[in-house]
Amino acid sequence: MLLKFWDKNKIALLFLTPWLIGITALGIVPMMASLYLSFTEYDMFKAPTWVGLENYKELFIADDRFTQSMKVTFQYVFIGVPLQLIMAFCLALFLNTGVKGISGFRAIYYVPSLLGPSLAIAILWRQIFGMDGIVNKFLALFGITPNSWISDPETTLYTLIILLVWQFGSPMVIFLAGLKQIPKDLYEAASIDGAGPFTRLFKITIPMLSPIIFFNLVMQLIGAFQAFTPAYIIGGQTGGPLDSTLFYTLYLYIKAFTEFQMGYASAMAWILLIIIATFTGILFAVSKKWVHYES
Amino acid sequence: MQRTVQYEPAEKKILVSTKEKKPFRYKSTVKFILLVLGALVMVYPLLWMLSSSFKPNTIIFRELGLYPSEWTLENYTNGWQGTSGFTFTTFFKNSFIVVGLSIVGVVFSSSLAAYAFARLKFSFQKVLFAIMFGSIMLPHHVVLIPQYIFFNNLGWVDTFLPLIAPKFLATDAFFIFLMVQFIRGIPKELDEAAVVDGCGHIQIFGRIILPLMLPAIVTSAIFTFIWTWNDFFSQFIYLSNPKLWTVTLALRGFLDSMGESMWGAMFAMSILSLVPIFIFFIAFQKMLIEGIATTGIK
Repeated sequence: MLLKFWDKNKIALLFLTPWLIGITALGIVPMMASLYLSFTEYDMFKAPTWVGLENYKELFIADDRFTQSMKVTFQYVFIGVPLQLIMAFCLALFLNTGVKGISGFRAIYYVPSLLGPSLAIAILWRQIFGMDGIVNKFLALFGITPNSWISDPETTLYTLIILLVWQFGSPMVIFLAGLKQIPKDLYEAASIDGAGPFTRLFKITIPMLSPIIFFNLVMQLIGAFQAFTPAYIIGGQTGGPLDSTLFYTLYLYIKAFTEFQMGYASAMAWILLIIIATFTGILFAVSKKWVHYES
Repeated sequence: MQRTVQYEPAEKKILVSTKEKKPFRYKSTVKFILLVLGALVMVYPLLWMLSSSFKPNTIIFRELGLYPSEWTLENYTNGWQGTSGFTFTTFFKNSFIVVGLSIVGVVFSSSLAAYAFARLKFSFQKVLFAIMFGSIMLPHHVVLIPQYIFFNNLGWVDTFLPLIAPKFLATDAFFIFLMVQFIRGIPKELDEAAVVDGCGHIQIFGRIILPLMLPAIVTSAIFTFIWTWNDFFSQFIYLSNPKLWTVTLALRGFLDSMGESMWGAMFAMSILSLVPIFIFFIAFQKMLIEGIATTGIK
């Protein structure tokens, strides 16, 4: 039996060994370990002590900063991602109408997506939305009073949302590729039937593109929930001012690596997993109603 | 998932534009101008940072315009001196070490696993494939803390190992998936012919599949480069010794140590930190854009 198993799988095992070690030692085992740690108190120096559901209770009942971090993150995700995708979609439609130099524009609009995740851009953002920044200089041309957008708790989050929307290039490129795949004769047939541009958009383009819209939505949502670098830099490393940029992952980082509450942070990690899984699940469930796959 | 982006044939475009030439000319000029304006707004912050890096500190925040009224290279020479006793020579070297080894690791481990998933038959294949696929969407934070404890116990904190070793173990499952899709598109007849010639799987992989999957390997390498170069979080938690800082970490250290007094130098080094990605983008633009278009990676 065992010998047969070995004979059948030895070649595959040879190829799969690195991945198998990785997925076990750096995937499944740590995942289980963090689930266990989430029920303990652990500071990395003393052995973990079991506290049952205490961490979860505290998070949901007593921890105001946690509530704040959820609020901020949800705002960021549910305002930023739709805006970013709408921008990407509109620009893709626009570029697809047969503009000269399309590949040039596509490349230029993509550049912010390429450079955007880097720390350098977060630093730049902090500067351009600061009191002396170019945003104020520009607004002053129209007589608008300057404001320190990054130190006003009312507006800081919006500078981060703008940073996210600014990086619409990568979903745009995906939309453009999708638009090119829609058969031209569909539009021709619709035009013959007297369909106007809006009917064509809602009856042909959006349904035909729905798998790609869905894909972009899922990927950007998962990514946005885990955003860290911009909040860390723009919020001055603590999620300030007044916790207005305390992203979920930033708070998790603070708990784990500055306060060494590893158990508490593990509980946060699992809640994040559940949140992301829930929203992805909802998107998949709802997708049956509007996402149209060609059979 | 389709691998090639279909561009409209050139003749067709010409046909359309000659047919509708008159009424469309005005419209397309407006469109073109709008797109140029949009592009300008988009890249303005980047260009402003570039021009500011050549301005003396005293005038950076006075000027909204792009052309420096006074030129200086001091920001670059001052900035390069670095922070915490090390220059940017060290930081760039560190970044290239981490990125280079990450690329080797990803290509090595992902191509092996992809070959197994795409071409071999083995026990629990479907379950393992599902696990691999599921791990793409898993938020990293859920394994972060135990991984940190594990690497800490191995004495690997403050070395490059926690950043590099996982790449050799194919933890970026996305690349496996990408390569599986690619290998599935390679005709099986090639493998079968090789079997007739007496090749085993190792030879088929090394001599047939590997050379043919070069585009997928290049795409994976490009994205590994960009992601690793831009990565901040993992480098930040694992590397605290300034001697090991990457460019990204040095920028943060820079920001910390000099507060907000030397923006010129800060911008100069920020620009330099973006240069390698930008060069990569220019060199591989076509592959990169096609890679995004067909696989949906960022």
